[in-house]
Amino acid sequence: MEVSVHNLTKTFGTLRANDNISLRFAGGQIHGILGENGAGKSTLMKLLSGFLRPDGGEILFEAKPVALGDPGAALRAGVGMVHQEPLDVPGFSALENLLCAAPRWALPSRIEARNTLTVLAGRLGFSVAPDDPISALTVGQRQQLEIIRLLACGARALILDEPTTGISAAQARSLFVALRRLASEGNTVIFVSHKLDEVAELCHTVSVLRAGQVVGEGQMGVPQPQDRLLKMMFGGGDHTPAPRETPRRGGSPAVPSAWRLEGITAREGNLVLAGLDLDIPAGSVVGLAGLEGSGQQILLRLLCGQIRPSAGRLRMAGADMAGASPAIFRTCGVEYLPADRLVEGVVGPLTLAEHFALLQPGGMIIKRHAAEDAARAAIAGYDIRAVPDSPILSLSGGNQQRAMLAMIPENTRALVCEQPTRGLDVASARAIWGRLLARRDAGCTVVFATADLDEILDYSDYVLVFFAGRVSRLLPCAELRVPRLAELIGGVGFEAADGRAKANPQ
Amino acid sequence: MQQLLIDLAAVLAAAAPLIFATMGETISERAGVINLSLDGSMLLAAMVGFAAASISGSLSVGFAAAALVGALVALILGALSLSLGQSQTAVGFVLALLCTDLSSFLGAPYARKPGPAVPHAPVPGMSDIPVIGPLLFSHDLLIYASFLLLPAVWWFLYRTRAGLVLRALGERPQTAYARGVPVIRLRYLYMILGGALVGIAGAAYSLDLKQGWSYRHTFGTGWIALAIVIFGGWQPWRVAIGCYLFAALQALASRSQSVLPGMPTQVFQVAPFVLMIVVLALINLLSSPTAARRLAALPKPLRHPAERFVAWLATPAPAALGQPFQRP
Repeated sequence: MEVSVHNLTKTFGTLRANDNISLRFAGGQIHGILGENGAGKSTLMKLLSGFLRPDGGEILFEAKPVALGDPGAALRAGVGMVHQEPLDVPGFSALENLLCAAPRWALPSRIEARNTLTVLAGRLGFSVAPDDPISALTVGQRQQLEIIRLLACGARALILDEPTTGISAAQARSLFVALRRLASEGNTVIFVSHKLDEVAELCHTVSVLRAGQVVGEGQMGVPQPQDRLLKMMFGGGDHTPAPRETPRRGGSPAVPSAWRLEGITAREGNLVLAGLDLDIPAGSVVGLAGLEGSGQQILLRLLCGQIRPSAGRLRMAGADMAGASPAIFRTCGVEYLPADRLVEGVVGPLTLAEHFALLQPGGMIIKRHAAEDAARAAIAGYDIRAVPDSPILSLSGGNQQRAMLAMIPENTRALVCEQPTRGLDVASARAIWGRLLARRDAGCTVVFATADLDEILDYSDYVLVFFAGRVSRLLPCAELRVPRLAELIGGVGFEAADGRAKANPQ
Repeated sequence: MQQLLIDLAAVLAAAAPLIFATMGETISERAGVINLSLDGSMLLAAMVGFAAASISGSLSVGFAAAALVGALVALILGALSLSLGQSQTAVGFVLALLCTDLSSFLGAPYARKPGPAVPHAPVPGMSDIPVIGPLLFSHDLLIYASFLLLPAVWWFLYRTRAGLVLRALGERPQTAYARGVPVIRLRYLYMILGGALVGIAGAAYSLDLKQGWSYRHTFGTGWIALAIVIFGGWQPWRVAIGCYLFAALQALASRSQSVLPGMPTQVFQVAPFVLMIVVLALINLLSSPTAARRLAALPKPLRHPAERFVAWLATPAPAALGQPFQRP
């Protein structure tokens, strides 16, 4: 099905989120949409799927203008959207989710729905069973279920918003296979991303948005030179892939350890890390790689005292941390940067200055001027686009992350980060890493987890690979390449890299 | 034995208004709206229902008027919270107080007057079956309706497409919206339906189980109904068990009055409420992290059934309960 937009405009207050956009997405092809955060990609997709109504211009399905009042109308017309965080009901089973508010013609009965789910999942190579509860599925599986649901409800054009964020490499591969298959059957696939390599691998055409407008000649054939696309996304400037500003460390055995784990066992939910022996060298960046929920979170939380080991010993610079609370870890110079910024990291409605006031030690009365000065210093030093009075909630993701980094005291000895660049565009991510590497060069140890292999290989000195609760030995990053890392994450040849296979009790 | 049967039958009957009220509230809360005005609207409906039945001489008019009052209060709450975006709890609480006082004020002329009552109607043939007969089939129409309401609500919530959508409204309305469901309109519908059931619960007191009208006639059972819905995990069967438990506690309290003549009567009136809260709180304690740690220390054969039982007890609230929905 052909989907096109003509002079589409959407404004929020004075912001022109979409400004005179004209594009045509032909059927039977995969169309990539690139753009940094805030470029207007999401607005365009929400207009196409009926979540928002345009202020000007028109949307055409099969060359016929349509007025989409709500997402239901768009789906009835054949356009379905898969959101970055799949829009399903967590309390339901996969089957109930498929049935919920589905039109009767599409799924006349529970039995039919069960059938459709199994057949479509089999055809697309997806691993969702009808009776799985949503809460037990990974983001990737929930995405697969959404795709199945949209197809079952008659979608002939699929919009996917950043679909590879938060899913495993294997799931991304099977998603790509399925999308290619859907396109070859005549469906339209619109693939929104800010990952250039994925667009290059998957898409037939690519369009770049910047500041609400289409850049360049609109739709372009793939392949396109990477630096050209980057230039279009960020508007000139120097955006060649990051050269490493500082030489990679590692390999020198004389470095003292920041953390020393001796026979640590810890559990979270069903996952157990057992008998872990590990030395994390001070002043290095250690990347934790692995599928979502393979044990990285347990190690991260162990290192900052958020969970306590059930056996074994954890030392920091020689001191035994048995039974220490997160507060004691903090006084020892360990800081934790959570992935869910607004849940665990900052207090949304409080302003930047108030956050710095929270950091003031002791005393009954807030030292307002000191807090504002600290906020101003952070804004200048960390390039945060805000004033001291801005509520943290009103900042963009990248600015929130920089603000959180700015709040971490200078004398921090170790930093534990969970997905430090989640949801950030390329430029913001690079800026965050600039700060983190500067901290490392000042002697701070950085441990981080991410699903992005490039991020691991670009910035780590050492890599730890997690596979189903098992941990590799500390692998110097210089020895690793993407294919080998991908294999390890998938558990291939894990024994060879498993640092403690012998020590593992039966 | 005979006496026990009579007592049990009385408990089943006495719980009928609670069943109506809690099922109404369950429907409303499962759709994501807290109707905190429950106690007040029940009182007002009890009063209006009694007055309407007395004036018209028709029981059905009385019940219809009561249901209308309950629905109307729900509509006001809906207009203020769903359409105007005010806090559901704050508006609901104010409405509860307002309706309570309104019932005292408007109901004064009807206080302690005789009026019509739902007639006893044993089911012919079936009321003679031993045990089951006196227990289930020698009540009146209202009580039978309460027996049927429970499975009907369960069936609707868990076996129909509309029920699936209703639950989605309470869990994640954004999802329902994305699938073309008119979220606000449906929330109004279920809230009003729930309100009507709450109204009937009020009339069940004034026209049947506690015939007549007096100041604060339902004696705060609305608040207990709210607590039962919460502790019952928003699941019809467990909510119903809570209702019957409360009715049994009340029966027990009135029975002990003759055994302990020295005790002030107020103690027996209040005791069921206190006991109920204690029971419900204990159940909730079982699903606390502390209890989970204790459970983990149990020997294996005991641990698994115990953990499964606790998991069954610990049902989370509808995720979007009390949250306003705004279309993007």
